[in-house]
Amino acid sequence: MDAELKNELSRQGIFTTTLEELYNWGRKSSVWPLTFGLACCAIEMIATTMARYDLARFGAEVFRPSPRQADLMIVAGTVTKKMAPQVVRLYNQMPEPKYVIAMGACAISGGPFKQGYNVLKGIDRYIPVDVHIPGCPPRPEALIDAFMTLQKKIAAQSLTGEERPRYLHADEPSEFPVPEYGAHDLEPPKNVKLWNIIYKTAAKEPSSAGEDGSGKD
Amino acid sequence: MMEAAIEELTVRDAAGKGEDALLELSLGPHHPSTHGVFRMDVVLDGERVMRLKPVFGYLHRNHEKIAEGASYLASMPYTDRLDYIGSLTNNWAYALAVEKLAGIEVPERAEYIRVITAELTRLQNHASTIGFLTQEMGASGSPLMYSFREREKILDLFEALTGSRMMCNYMRFGGCRVDLPVGWMDQARKVVAEFPRFLDEFERLLTGNEILLARTQGVGVLSGELAIQGGVTGPILRASGVNYDIRKVDRYGIYERFDFKVPLGEHGDVYDRYMVRVLEMRESLKILNQALRDIPAGPIMDAKTKIRGFRPKAGEAYGRIESAKGELGFFLISDGTGNPYRYRVRPPSLINLTVLEDMCIGSSVADTIVTFGTIDIVLGEVDR
Amino acid sequence: MDLEKIKSDIEEAVLDCRLQIVVNPSPSAQHSLVVAREHAAAVARYLRDDAELRLDYCSNVSGVDWLDTETSEKVKTKKLVDGVEQEVEEVRKTRTPGYLEAVYHLYSMEKKHGPLVLRQRTENRGDGVTVASLTPVWRSAEFQEREIFDLYGIVFEGHPDLRRILMWDGFEDHPMRKDYVEPNDYEYEPTPHDAVIAKAAQARETERR
Repeated sequence: MDAELKNELSRQGIFTTTLEELYNWGRKSSVWPLTFGLACCAIEMIATTMARYDLARFGAEVFRPSPRQADLMIVAGTVTKKMAPQVVRLYNQMPEPKYVIAMGACAISGGPFKQGYNVLKGIDRYIPVDVHIPGCPPRPEALIDAFMTLQKKIAAQSLTGEERPRYLHADEPSEFPVPEYGAHDLEPPKNVKLWNIIYKTAAKEPSSAGEDGSGKD
Repeated sequence: MMEAAIEELTVRDAAGKGEDALLELSLGPHHPSTHGVFRMDVVLDGERVMRLKPVFGYLHRNHEKIAEGASYLASMPYTDRLDYIGSLTNNWAYALAVEKLAGIEVPERAEYIRVITAELTRLQNHASTIGFLTQEMGASGSPLMYSFREREKILDLFEALTGSRMMCNYMRFGGCRVDLPVGWMDQARKVVAEFPRFLDEFERLLTGNEILLARTQGVGVLSGELAIQGGVTGPILRASGVNYDIRKVDRYGIYERFDFKVPLGEHGDVYDRYMVRVLEMRESLKILNQALRDIPAGPIMDAKTKIRGFRPKAGEAYGRIESAKGELGFFLISDGTGNPYRYRVRPPSLINLTVLEDMCIGSSVADTIVTFGTIDIVLGEVDR
Repeated sequence: MDLEKIKSDIEEAVLDCRLQIVVNPSPSAQHSLVVAREHAAAVARYLRDDAELRLDYCSNVSGVDWLDTETSEKVKTKKLVDGVEQEVEEVRKTRTPGYLEAVYHLYSMEKKHGPLVLRQRTENRGDGVTVASLTPVWRSAEFQEREIFDLYGIVFEGHPDLRRILMWDGFEDHPMRKDYVEPNDYEYEPTPHDAVIAKAAQARETERR
């Protein structure tokens, strides 16, 4: 059904949609985040929910403290190796469909503290991330932009077919293994299966490590 | 001595109920009212806390090790991330320590700018702390909205001056990075003129409020002797009646030119800590009015100091300031090269936690959360 | 705060105690006293309770790691070279063993003066890493001494609860020591520099295999 016919009908008072659109519209307009601030980015996240940059008008009305009631985990702040098992455990406890926003440089890749013996170089070593926000800390407008990007991503998800999201595939995992504290480092240092799923396409590009034989890196 | 007292409590209260009467619970690291990733291992008898052990390290980002491998100037942005609510005071503390180490003089205008930014930071810090405290008491964010409204005005000033709302990276060794932009002073005067109205509104809402009085008076009492023993500094120490404000004791910068009082509490409970913070905000306004009136023209940076390639002589220095949370100090050992040999942060939040157990023994879990909220910790500082 | 006078007062008051003054060459002029392990607690108690000093507030406890240093100097000696006695320049290397150190900054809340810097040194960096804990004298040292134990490995004798504070309990290294090697968790970086280039080359080798 093309857009013109839809508009014409809606002007007459007849509202047409598909099941997919309706389902996605309901989900994207009521994403409830988990209160999960770790460090400085948490203060910007709180500022985003306050009166000036109101996040509630986008649907994130209530920040739930319990993972069982939340849809979205905004990892705001540096994830350290001591905290990483707790983050993965919380992610496992969230019910599907669930999303992760990595807010700030530290959650994406370790950030300014990358050369740290206790810093996890990015939360996407253990859990899949949907939206990354660069910045240190990202401005509240950047967080709102990321939220809108997530809403667009949810709106584009289909219910059937090969492109359907992870939670509708029967054999995809929705819980990821929790790392353990080792003697010198976490064990395992990263979730290799997850890493290869996300980054195998990146590894094929010529500008990444391993393929480029030039002396640049 | 403390262990023996707790043993007695345990035996006496569990008498007749059996060993299973005590519940060991871990509050955190993910908890709606721990300000960040902080964990308290409590042993409970019903609702009452028998023993409390703080566990942290969940945000340990080894700032000190990174500083050993970086130059002195490169550590300045990392100091922003210590107490991430008040980054300009952290910058000043570090700059003060390096200036002590290398014997650098700071021009007068830069000192005035430092005082203005430090007092603005103190204002927004105390406002946020009280807002978070009321949220822990169940006020669901309403006073916090008012605090953050004022905080946004002050952050606008910081952004106009330094380029960033939170991570300002503004102080340099020997002065400040850039001068005040055109129109900044008028905007600052406007913010300072409007702040007392916010404070009056806040106090009308909170100070005589029955619920606040019932939940904070007599809760989390800390005596003056224990506070000194435990090395507690900042508003908590002054609420317990000890007159020790580093701005008056060390007289660093140009604080001796300003006329302000140091509010002291009497009982050392949560209500006193709340009132000390409110009164400190009023004193900060006095200092700001005086500083904004008297600031002279002039250079903002010491002309003799090199910014890049800065190599102080070998030696060590300990410099400290009164930040909004307490005494923030930096201990630096230099070996003559461009990187410090040892860089140590003295974190007020960590040392204020030493007496958390003493304050919370015997109180209920709800009171523990409120007491913990008044210590006003920031995990970036505790764990560095 | 006249350090010489304080040193002689302490040596009178505490039996068999000999302190050492370390001069601080920087303009801050914060000189320090080194105290041996056996007398540390007694000296601390004297500093806290003395009527003039009343240093009742221990502000900061830091750990420092001094590595073994090797100094070489050229010395002119007379040696037999080819049967003829000649003056030869020889390079003589002296090795000073390293140690770990705990530095205490003390202030007085009553008298509003300070700082007095107190230092305790360990014997070496290997197995002789015990010093006395000053937590029974100043409770503010409790968490800070635990942190030094965690990150440097100095064992404080007399501490009520000595265990790791910032790293997890199973961690086995002392990360703030100068010779600590980080675990290799290299991740692709678009602009590697300095030491990271070596790590990048190594990671490329392991990935190819």
